[in-house]
Amino acid sequence: MDPLLRLSNLKKYYATQKAVDDISFEIQKGSIFGLLGPNGAGKTTLLRMITGIFYPDGGDIILDGKPFNSIDDIQKIGYMPEERGLYKKMKIGEQALYLAQLKGLSKAEATEKIKYWFKKFEMETWWNKKVEDLSKGMSQKLQFVITVLHEPKLIILDEPFSGLDPLNANLIKEEIYNLAKKGATIIFSTHRMEQVEEICDHIVLMNLGKKILDGTVTDIKQQFKENSFLIQTDNEVAIPTNPIFSTISNEKNKILVKINEGYQSNDVLKYLLQENVNIVAYNELLPSLNDIFIKLVENTHATARAFQNN
Amino acid sequence: MNKTWLIIQREYTTRVKNKRFLILTFLMPLLVVGFIAASGYLAISGVEQRTIAVIDPNGFIKNSLKNTNQISFSFPNDVDTNNYKKKGFTDILILPEFKKNEKTDYILRSQKSMGLMLQESISNKINKAIEDQMLQDAGIKQSILDSIHNASNVAELKAYEDKGKSSKESNAGLAMGIGYASGLLIYLTMFIYGAMVMRGVMEEKTNRIAEVIISSVKPFELMMGKIIGIGAVGLTQFILWIVLIISLTSVAMGFLPADVQSQVATLQQTNGQMAGGGMAQASESAMKIYNMQHTIATANWPLIIGCFIFYFIGGYLFYAALFAAVGSTVNEDPQDAQSLMFPITMPLIFSYVITTMVTQNPNTPIAFWASIIPFSSPMVMMARVAYGVPSAVSYWELILSMAVLVGGFIFTTWLSGRIYRTGILLYGKKVTWKLMFKWAFKKG
Repeated sequence: MDPLLRLSNLKKYYATQKAVDDISFEIQKGSIFGLLGPNGAGKTTLLRMITGIFYPDGGDIILDGKPFNSIDDIQKIGYMPEERGLYKKMKIGEQALYLAQLKGLSKAEATEKIKYWFKKFEMETWWNKKVEDLSKGMSQKLQFVITVLHEPKLIILDEPFSGLDPLNANLIKEEIYNLAKKGATIIFSTHRMEQVEEICDHIVLMNLGKKILDGTVTDIKQQFKENSFLIQTDNEVAIPTNPIFSTISNEKNKILVKINEGYQSNDVLKYLLQENVNIVAYNELLPSLNDIFIKLVENTHATARAFQNN
Repeated sequence: MNKTWLIIQREYTTRVKNKRFLILTFLMPLLVVGFIAASGYLAISGVEQRTIAVIDPNGFIKNSLKNTNQISFSFPNDVDTNNYKKKGFTDILILPEFKKNEKTDYILRSQKSMGLMLQESISNKINKAIEDQMLQDAGIKQSILDSIHNASNVAELKAYEDKGKSSKESNAGLAMGIGYASGLLIYLTMFIYGAMVMRGVMEEKTNRIAEVIISSVKPFELMMGKIIGIGAVGLTQFILWIVLIISLTSVAMGFLPADVQSQVATLQQTNGQMAGGGMAQASESAMKIYNMQHTIATANWPLIIGCFIFYFIGGYLFYAALFAAVGSTVNEDPQDAQSLMFPITMPLIFSYVITTMVTQNPNTPIAFWASIIPFSSPMVMMARVAYGVPSAVSYWELILSMAVLVGGFIFTTWLSGRIYRTGILLYGKKVTWKLMFKWAFKKG
């Protein structure tokens, strides 16, 4: 399958720093893609280039097989920026209609779609309310509807769950899965790792304007695994020191071990069986994305850069 | 272009539907007309009545002191400075016996001090009476004197301006009034609607909708949509004001007594002349109304209105773009706006000052340059155009001024577009004029 979006050697330099420095990656059609990075990594700049708000200083953006053209491709993209914004004094229905028309929908088309989404999200009674009367979570839902209303092929969500209660967060999450199933491609930018692990198929980690990690969540976890295993036994046992693995912790029938170089996981089992340990469960412990993230980003002056952003 | 149109529509309708717009639009003409009516009423009713007792041993003053609607003179015998209050007079005027070639003091004693205008008119009347008396002493009969007085009040200065073969009545007072009023209107418009553009841009930036919209339209389209939409609101308001003021005035005219109305109509038909004794029949108020209408008709209205619309739109576009640029660079702190606005408001205020000077002297070098430079030309040129084209402003000056203004607003729009597209997405950084200059002229 052709990728929906292909970035090659994308660059954006500001006077004081390289915000996006030679980044290339591909996003497959229908996938949920996570763009990760600490504050100031250049995520927003990268997204603004993909949405046509900024022109890249170098490199190419290929959308749907063709070079990206900010005028023609606007309708293919739905962008929900991190800093949400709506006209406070405007009625919600009129506002949704206006923003949908700006995306190129006709008035009739837009009305029909707004009604569909408002019904789906139980927002029908909101039509004549003003945004200033809504709670933060409610306006978040409205913003999501506005983003996906025109059925874009590429949906870019910057921190879509911030400020949402678990119920509404779930509603949006379900909808993200639905849209991906229907063929939309979703770029999901966040620094909440547990959400990424749960939702994303494929991630790219950025730091200081550069790509430092690219792959599926499973692959990356494999890549960063530290050969740690968790063994559960039926009663507490003492594990003697041995050349195969070292014991990291041993508490209440749960033993955490790290396999030494040159040995396989089966060697551990063999050893334990010889020792007459009754094994109830045996699991590989994969690092969480959070651990990987912290490991990669730590000590890179990323925080210092976040403050001199722009 | 289609999207710019959508933005224009939104900017226009949200503002026109706003209660504040409706209140201001309908209240303003009422206030203006009400203010005029109130000051007119005060001018009539606020004048105090004076009854003046005159002690005149000479006897000849009596004929010259005629009662007016403010003052009534009487010549009692038994009144002096001690009892004039008791007798019901407000003032007493004591004239000593008149001696030729000798300066004499007249004494006016009042319960309340008398205004300067009133004092002057009384003094004039006395001097006139003395002059008449001296003429009579020199052998001129009273009847001759009266006929001279009646006949000598006919001179009235009428100025004409020559336009090739034909000449046209001109009126400097009217030109000054029109020039000042249109200059002031353009000045106010730029301030009010320019600031509205700035606030609109700031609103979009601070509530962060700018980024949502800019992912759908180009920043330039958003800026132009806002400028044009708000400009249309301004035009709508002006048109409504003009319609309302005209209709309110004609309603007010309907309240005039029927005979005055018919006299005005007759005067209009006969071009200000009434056959035979007709002139005398026309009342003073009918003459005044006719004269006002006649004076207003001497102005070249199509030219003035055409120029006004051009300079209104041109000046608005010139300044609104600059205001939009400033709005886009402001962060949450409105205080920033104040200091960044300063370089825009300064030339506006300066131009207004020049305008007030130009209304009196339309052809000084400063008037010429200020009517060419686009920062001041919308106001200053209007003040000059009121004096007539080509008599006060030659055609090439007008065309040059208009061309420079068009070039000017194209330049400010281009410049502001470049500042705007960077500023609107930039948060948390204090923007200086130096930085804005850098954005405007960097490549790409």
